[in-house]
Amino acid sequence: MHESAAQIFISALLANNFVLAMFLGLCPFLGVSARLDTAFPMGVATTFVMLVASLCAFGLNLLLSSLHLEFLRLISYIVIIASAVQLVEMVLKKRSPTLFRALGIFLPLITTNCAVLGVALFQTAREYDFLQSLAFSLGGGAGFTLALVLMASVRERLQLSDVPGIAQGTAMTLVLAGILSLGFMGFAGIGS
Amino acid sequence: MNAPQPPESSSAPVPPSAPTTPTAAMIRTLGLVATICGLIIVGAYQGSFSAVQENKRIALERAVFKVIPSARSIGEYFATANGVTPASGDTPPGAIRFYAGYDADGKLAGVAAEGAAKGYADVVRILFAWIPECQCVTGFGLVSSRETPGIGDKILVDRDFLANFKELDVRLNADMNALANEVKTVKHGTKTQPWQIDAISGATITSRAVGRGINEAAQALLPRVAPHLDSIRTKP
Amino acid sequence: MNLGQAKTFDEFMEGIWRQNPVFVMALGMCPTLAVTVSAINALSMGVATTFVLICSCLLVSLLRRVIPKEVRIATYIVIIATFVTVTDYAIQAISLTLYDALGAFIQLIVVNCVILGRAEAHASKVSPLTAVINAAGMGAGFTIGLLALGTVREIFGNGTLFGISLFGANFQPWVIMVLPPGGFFVLGGWLLLFAWWAKRRDKAALPADKAAEGHQHA
Repeated sequence: MHESAAQIFISALLANNFVLAMFLGLCPFLGVSARLDTAFPMGVATTFVMLVASLCAFGLNLLLSSLHLEFLRLISYIVIIASAVQLVEMVLKKRSPTLFRALGIFLPLITTNCAVLGVALFQTAREYDFLQSLAFSLGGGAGFTLALVLMASVRERLQLSDVPGIAQGTAMTLVLAGILSLGFMGFAGIGS
Repeated sequence: MNAPQPPESSSAPVPPSAPTTPTAAMIRTLGLVATICGLIIVGAYQGSFSAVQENKRIALERAVFKVIPSARSIGEYFATANGVTPASGDTPPGAIRFYAGYDADGKLAGVAAEGAAKGYADVVRILFAWIPECQCVTGFGLVSSRETPGIGDKILVDRDFLANFKELDVRLNADMNALANEVKTVKHGTKTQPWQIDAISGATITSRAVGRGINEAAQALLPRVAPHLDSIRTKP
Repeated sequence: MNLGQAKTFDEFMEGIWRQNPVFVMALGMCPTLAVTVSAINALSMGVATTFVLICSCLLVSLLRRVIPKEVRIATYIVIIATFVTVTDYAIQAISLTLYDALGAFIQLIVVNCVILGRAEAHASKVSPLTAVINAAGMGAGFTIGLLALGTVREIFGNGTLFGISLFGANFQPWVIMVLPPGGFFVLGGWLLLFAWWAKRRDKAALPADKAAEGHQHA
């Protein structure tokens, strides 16, 4: 069976949304989703790092497989992701200081984002080829951004409404995430 | 362990933000940590290797015995464009891995192979059994799926659906290069031919994934295996 | 000696109660929600995470005088990844069924913020013994949190607990509980329960304090 790149993209974006169906990247989802103007840049920065990490992991996996060193996969993935984040940070600082200031505080956080390592691990486990990996990381990143933006929009509206004291904070966010997740279940079956 | 202390602990007037550790010390420490970690990983890999291989073998045997009930032992093979060879190591590009199940007398009881197709939530992976005598598929087991519990997993328990796999016709055509009739999942209650699968009403997409998975895998595998059946008739 | 014991106990209890990683700090959410569809999965994940946590904190604490602060995060991540790889192979050797059920989330223990947080904020500053005790407490707290979710989701979503049927054949399972939304709802429910309980306790504590004061004056 061969999944087309478009199928993988749509699946990672909607039916198997990274945050709402696979539970990847929940820490930033709960932490950075209070305001729309921080949620969107965070999503874009994570997508970019996911893309870089996915490409690096693809190359690295080829190298490790040819040397039969599969047991070093996890440790090399995490090191390469940490380095990629550092590199992105440095390049941004030099080339586009405005963007760097907008994203600066989020970049170090991305190293410990499950979604980034998740992309690398899942694409290896599913034996995606280059194009499929590309679609998977872009779809996953777009899905993460979508979930973050939706959540931030809901929470901004929520600030104007009267929420009982005990439900404020994480509990409310989790229940909202559950409702969003229910909605995203409706996308299952697309493309099959 | 006795690496020299970084100078910052002894000299007070250095501003706290300036890098105070010499590069050599940093590299030495990272090297030390990497060595320790490397030793631990290699030790764990070597120590668990035989147990992991044994576990994988048992899991595979159990899965094959489930779809070919009369099998008592298995053999692993690759089907390539040129014929059938005993499997060893990773699957080479272009080859298809399949398993032959042998009964108590060491005679071929059936052939098991993996198929996969997109289901409702994600890819549904199955292992199906092909019996050369009747040229039919006689059962399948689930390898992995993320289908909705209680709906998609009916494919394993629904009696009407499982009745499709008593003798699902996968005969090859006269040229032996494809199935004579494509395996197809049809709407519940409209099955008329022995190569059709009657879908479960309410779980049509998962049922269709099973049919597509079997069809795709059988179309690729059977034309390669059928002409070389003699080479796998008895247990090697 | 008594004081030392009390401190050790406090060090251990910190992770279970006051700073419970799941309910109080809301850390390490990804595995918390993803693998808790059954109690046994939750327990295994908790034990695996605890193992990585204890080993990493021990090694970080042992090496705390050697690791330069400029490269400490990279060092911690390498150490954590090492023990996760070890756990990964150990679980494969113990049970492939369990390995398949937990899937990629075993390897994703690497990015569990609880572990890096403990290594950075605690283990790098204290002696190995204290670090291990604190890590064990944190691990136990994490496991309890996972179990709280896993049991509820398994009981309602499947009608079983640790695979043992509870309600007989007539029980119609709430499938939603073992689906992704169920994870969010159950954790949200637990947090609501704790918040409600804390509020009640505070309310109850206020008059009680006043009464005690009044008693003293009289």
